Amino acid sequence: MADRKVKIHVKNLKKNFGKLEVIKDMSIDIYEGEVVVLLGPSGSGKSTFLRCLNRLEVATAGTIIVDGKDITDKHTDINKVRENIGMVFQHFNLFPHKTVIENIMLAPVELKIMTKAEAKEKGMQLLRRVGLDSKADVYPSQLSGGQKQRIAIARSLAMSPDIMLFDEPTSALDPEMVGEVLAVMKELAADGMTMVVVTHEIGFAKEVADRIIFMDGGYIVEQGPPQEIFVNPKEPRTIDFLNKVL
Amino acid sequence: MIIEKYGSMLLQALGKTLLLTLLSLFFAMIIGLIFSLMNVGRNRFFNFIGTAYVDGVRGVPLIVLAYFIYFGVPAGVKMMGVQDFRLSALQAGTIALAMNCGAYMAEIIRAGIESVDKGQMEASRSLGLSYAKSMRLVVLPQAIRTMVPSIINQFIITLKDTSILSVIGFPELTNLGKTISGNTFKSLETWAIVGIMYMIVIVTLSKIAKRIERRINFGR
Repeated sequence: MADRKVKIHVKNLKKNFGKLEVIKDMSIDIYEGEVVVLLGPSGSGKSTFLRCLNRLEVATAGTIIVDGKDITDKHTDINKVRENIGMVFQHFNLFPHKTVIENIMLAPVELKIMTKAEAKEKGMQLLRRVGLDSKADVYPSQLSGGQKQRIAIARSLAMSPDIMLFDEPTSALDPEMVGEVLAVMKELAADGMTMVVVTHEIGFAKEVADRIIFMDGGYIVEQGPPQEIFVNPKEPRTIDFLNKVL
Repeated sequence: MIIEKYGSMLLQALGKTLLLTLLSLFFAMIIGLIFSLMNVGRNRFFNFIGTAYVDGVRGVPLIVLAYFIYFGVPAGVKMMGVQDFRLSALQAGTIALAMNCGAYMAEIIRAGIESVDKGQMEASRSLGLSYAKSMRLVVLPQAIRTMVPSIINQFIITLKDTSILSVIGFPELTNLGKTISGNTFKSLETWAIVGIMYMIVIVTLSKIAKRIERRINFGR
C-alpha cells in the first residue's frame, strides 16, 4: 500500500468540546481508493473524527491534509476542498423544500460547475444508478428512509467527489432498508471511491473494508485488514467490543 | 353626523395609517434580517451588536423612541452645526416604528432560523456551498414557513402601534380622531368609529393571514 497516493493525511489530531476531549491523539494516512471503516463504542470519537475531515468540526490541534490541502490552515478555501469530499449523514439531511432532482442539482448549479441542463442530466444518471429515477420530481417527505439515503448519496456524487465520508448511514433506517443503501455503497467501493465509513454494520465492514480502524476513548486502539481484526484481534478492548457486537 | 362630515377625511387618515405601517414593515424586515443574521452567526462581535440592538430597542417604549427621533435627533444634528435639519412626522414615524418592529422581527427571524435542523446547514456546507449561499438557498426558505404566523402577528401589532405616532403629529387615524372629537365634542361616536375602522382592517388582515398560513402548510 506504500506506493499508493495518500488522500487524507492526519497527524496528531486533537478535538475538544469545551473541556471534553473527544479525540486525544490520532494519526492516520488514508490512501486513494481505500475503504476505511471506523468501529468503536459510542462516544469513542468516530463521528467527530469523520466530521473533522471536512471541517464540519474544527480541529483543536494537529494537521489534516486532504488532497494536498491543509484544511487545518485557516487560509485554505474550505469550500473548494469540500467540493471534492462528499458526506452522507445518519439523518440524510435532504432539503425538504426541494424535489429530489433539485436536491441533486443544487450544488453543481450554484457553484457554476454545470449548467442546469448538464446537472439535470447528471442527476438523472445518478438516480438511475441508485435505482430511483422514477422519484426525480417527488419531495423527500414522500420517500422511505432507504430511498432518502440513496438520494443523499446521489446528491453527494453529483459533485463528482474523490472522497466520500459516511456517518452512520444506516443507523436511522428500518432493518429491511439497510441492504439497499449498503448495496449502493458496495458499488461505490468497487468503483474505486476512497471511502471513510462510520458504521455498526459489521457485515459490511467485513466484506467491503480494506482496513478497519478500531477506536476507543479518543485514540486508535487497533487497525488492520478485516480478516486480521475480526479473526485475530490483539487488543483487549477490541476483543471486548467484538464480543459484544458479533 | 360625523361620518357624513368627516368620512372622506377618516378614510384618508386610514390610508396614512396603512402607508406608515407598510413602510415601517418593509424597513423592519430588512433591519430584522440583518440583526438576526448577526445573532445566529458565530462572530462574537456581531452577536454582541445584534443582541444589543434587540435588547436596547425593546427596552425603550415606542413613544419615547418616537419623541427621541422626531425632536431629539434634529436637535442633536443642530448641535453638530448643521442648520435646517428636520424630519417630517412621516419620516420620524417610519424610523421609530421600523426600529421598534425591526427588533421584534429580528427575534422572529432568529427563532425561525434556529428552528431549522442543524443538519440542513451541514449538508449544504459539505457540498461546498458557502455559509451565505447555504443560508439563502437552504435555511431561510425553510425558516420562513415557521416565521409566517409570527410575522403576521407582528404586522398587526405594528398597525396598531401607528396610533402612538399621533403624538408627533402624523395625520393618521388616531390623530384625526383627536381633532374630530375636539371639534365636535362627540367623543363616544368619534372613538367608536375610529375603533371600528381599526378593527375592520385588522380582522380582514387576520383572515387573509389565516389563508396564507394554510396554503403554506399544505405545501409541506
